[in-house]
Amino acid sequence: MSQTEEFVLRMKGISKEYYGTKVLKGIDLEIRPGEVHGIVGENGAGKSTLMNILFGMTVIHSTGGYQGEIEIAGAKADIKSPFDAMKLGIGMVHQEFMLIPGYTITENIKLNRETTKDNPVSRVFGPKLKTLDMASMGRDARKALDHLEMGIDEWARVAGLPVGHMQFIEIAREIDKSNIKLLVFDEPTAVLAESEADNLLAAVRKLSASGIAILFITHRLHEIMAVCDGITVLRDGSLVAHKRREETTIEELARLMVGRSIGDMIRNPAKSLPDRNALEIRNLRVQMPGEAAKGVDLDVKDGEILGIGGLAGQGKIGIANGILGLYPAEGEVRFHGEPLPLNSTREALKRGLAFLSEDRRGVGLLLDMSVEMNIAATAVEIQGKFLRRFGPFSQIDGKAVRAHALETIKALDIRCTGPLQPVRRLSGGNQQKVCIAKALVLGPRLLFVSEPTRGIDIGAKRLVLETLVDLKERLGMTIVITSSELAELRSVCDRIAIVHDGRIAGILNPDDDDAEFGLMMAGDYGKR
Amino acid sequence: MENANATPFARALRGIGAGLRSFGAPRIIIIVFLVSLWITSTLLKIPFPAVLSDSLVRLGMNAVLTLAMLPSILSGTSLYFGLPLGIICGLLGGVMSIELDLRGFEAFFGAVAMSLPLAVLVGWGYGWLLNRVKGSEMTVGTYIGFGFVSLMSFGWVTLPFHHPEMAWAIGKGIRVTISLEGRFSGVLNNLWSFDILGVRVPTGALAFSALCCLLVWLFFRSRSGLAMKSAGMSPKFAEASGINVNRMRIRGTILSTVLGAVGILVYSQGFGFLQLYQAPMYMGFIAAASILIGGATLKTGRISHVIIGTFLFHSILVVALPVANTVSQLGSLAEISRSVVSNGIILYALAQKGGAE
Ligand SMILES: Nc1ncnc2c1ncn2[C@@H]1O[C@H](COP(=O)(O)OP(=O)(O)OP(=O)(O)O)[C@@H](O)[C@H]1O
Ligand SMILES: [Mg+2]
Repeated sequence: MSQTEEFVLRMKGISKEYYGTKVLKGIDLEIRPGEVHGIVGENGAGKSTLMNILFGMTVIHSTGGYQGEIEIAGAKADIKSPFDAMKLGIGMVHQEFMLIPGYTITENIKLNRETTKDNPVSRVFGPKLKTLDMASMGRDARKALDHLEMGIDEWARVAGLPVGHMQFIEIAREIDKSNIKLLVFDEPTAVLAESEADNLLAAVRKLSASGIAILFITHRLHEIMAVCDGITVLRDGSLVAHKRREETTIEELARLMVGRSIGDMIRNPAKSLPDRNALEIRNLRVQMPGEAAKGVDLDVKDGEILGIGGLAGQGKIGIANGILGLYPAEGEVRFHGEPLPLNSTREALKRGLAFLSEDRRGVGLLLDMSVEMNIAATAVEIQGKFLRRFGPFSQIDGKAVRAHALETIKALDIRCTGPLQPVRRLSGGNQQKVCIAKALVLGPRLLFVSEPTRGIDIGAKRLVLETLVDLKERLGMTIVITSSELAELRSVCDRIAIVHDGRIAGILNPDDDDAEFGLMMAGDYGKR
Repeated sequence: MENANATPFARALRGIGAGLRSFGAPRIIIIVFLVSLWITSTLLKIPFPAVLSDSLVRLGMNAVLTLAMLPSILSGTSLYFGLPLGIICGLLGGVMSIELDLRGFEAFFGAVAMSLPLAVLVGWGYGWLLNRVKGSEMTVGTYIGFGFVSLMSFGWVTLPFHHPEMAWAIGKGIRVTISLEGRFSGVLNNLWSFDILGVRVPTGALAFSALCCLLVWLFFRSRSGLAMKSAGMSPKFAEASGINVNRMRIRGTILSTVLGAVGILVYSQGFGFLQLYQAPMYMGFIAAASILIGGATLKTGRISHVIIGTFLFHSILVVALPVANTVSQLGSLAEISRSVVSNGIILYALAQKGGAE
């Protein structure tokens, strides 16, 4: 007995089938108290599925359950719902947020675990009628937020906050639980800028020092090397290896994940840029909650890849969203010399701009529609592509849609059962590829991409970045990449603009010094 | 446990299980209920061909009304509880066609043609209103439907219709029920109808319903149809694709209203009467229950859900009545059992949120 009780969690021979496809094949996993255990694998390898099983998510049980055994603290556990999991002391920070937008941060953190006070009624009729102790709930929430070094107001509403903040609120909610033994992080850092990710990693270390075991999923292998004690590698639903951190390297992990070795990060062949501007932005102000642009002046040269970097909440996300008319914007924008009307998505798309949103499940996809229709829908609407016309009537040309989808699925290596699969059932990274396909089919002259590689594995990331460079090289497309990952911007961009406090703090070259980037992001550039 | 070495038999069983699951438990329960009613009715010596004939007639009469739910669901305004609005437009068309003394097909299609502009107008206004109350469309829709029915109760009294077939013998206004005998009663039901094994098939009505379904199906495969569906599925996605979400919701509501108007005319020609005043009040619920039973949800639906649902719902009503009457001799039972069964199914359908795959 004592031998098994060493482990907080043991999973034995876990298998799972979704609609006849095996997505997990006999996975074993063991974690000790206070251990930080990393799980790595390509998009669709089954990481989230394994965690969903552990957390008793309904997707698992409504699709026929799973096979295998789970032991929590030495006792066999039958986890049928997230509620069971919580009772066993398991917490989970999901890859896709599970927050209620209309509630305040405190309410979200405390949902279903409200702190209550006695009142005269509850003394008579029982604990269900106790008054909510808002003040103490607020204090708890504050504590959890402070733990993460997050300065945001605990009474702010969640609706409209930038994704980066939502992620931290999810984490705060889990940290706040008192009986927590095991905490699962499914790609917690995917939405964070590097400095915020560092905060998070620090918090992870603190938590594990207090005896909480942590399961950590990420596509950023250096984070794995930074915090994990043990590492499990999955490939196509199978267990490939268990490793200790000391006995492995990033390169080895990458090779194990993909089953072949991955070359270096790609480089954007530097070229002298023409002096023509594709886009001229003057005094752009965008009312995007949490990511407001407050007077951006920026020129984008024709045919370049321009990066926009900066910390979360500084407004880098707001720029593209404002120009594409997704959030109210003011200011002056000229596209190839012609004034671009703001606040009209349709106009922007018609004139040859396209946008890959950072909010892929909300803005980017029609989750219940097929892969092929997701790719085609915007082009049908804006350009009348994929249509057969009969006088004033039109019909969608199913054959053309299918042919194009098949081609794209191959070109971008989208892992799906076919063009008819609803995108909801794709893994996170493959959903991102569908978003890319959707933007490319418009054949835009200028492409805005926000967080293009968020949540996608190193192989796919390479593919996405290569695709972007290729679009620039072959088609002369102008590309503006907004990203929290500086390393990624530096590998593919011609120039990198850094946003601070809603304005452009400056423009750097990709091979400028790290310190320059750091200073500029913190708003201290030129103050030396 | 059982995996790779599962026998083909076990695998086949599992396949059937999955198939049934994807068909949806509510539908299976309703089908079992219907079949058991059918069996009971045969045991009670109620002629089955007659029951089936009635079911087909009801299907033809109600399919278009159920179909009216679909554009609303798909464009994102949820179930079309404003159906009485469309129905009243249709009834106005019917009344005008009598006022103009039209007969036969001319009367039917004349009524349709005259109700269309009304329906477009009313649908536009109603859609505009729904855009103002996003999130509570169903509640607001229900009240507006009821309100409009009540308002039109005055309308029927005051509008200048004078044709002797409709007017009260004394006083102002038109009658509660207007016979369509010699007007357009049965124009579709009797068209190309034939008997087979004692079952009467109302070919014309079924064909007309099928035509309406086909048109709606084609519409949703067109550019505007796709835009409407996108707006309904994800307003954020639609906006990012340059689609005007509010406009799509209005168009969906107009389409539903138009189908409601056409639907009530199809219904009336089968029924043989125009029913005015309070009659349209609860028809929205019946249509809503039908499409839900067919497998639609508040956010998704298909033509097949319309057809399956209409057939199941109305078949149960058709057979439940004679069965109840035979079992008990109480005269008033017919009406009671009718409302118990129909309201029961409506409640059940609304309670079953999950539709078919
Ligand atoms: N609800 C679902 N229905 C059907 N198949 C699903 C569902 N969710 C996931 N899958 C499939 O299961 C496999 C594993 O997906 P999972 O989400 O676990 O991948 P992942 O390792 O988390 O990938 P990513 O890094 O992209 O998040 C994929 O092939 C995916 O298509
Ligand atoms: Mg995942």
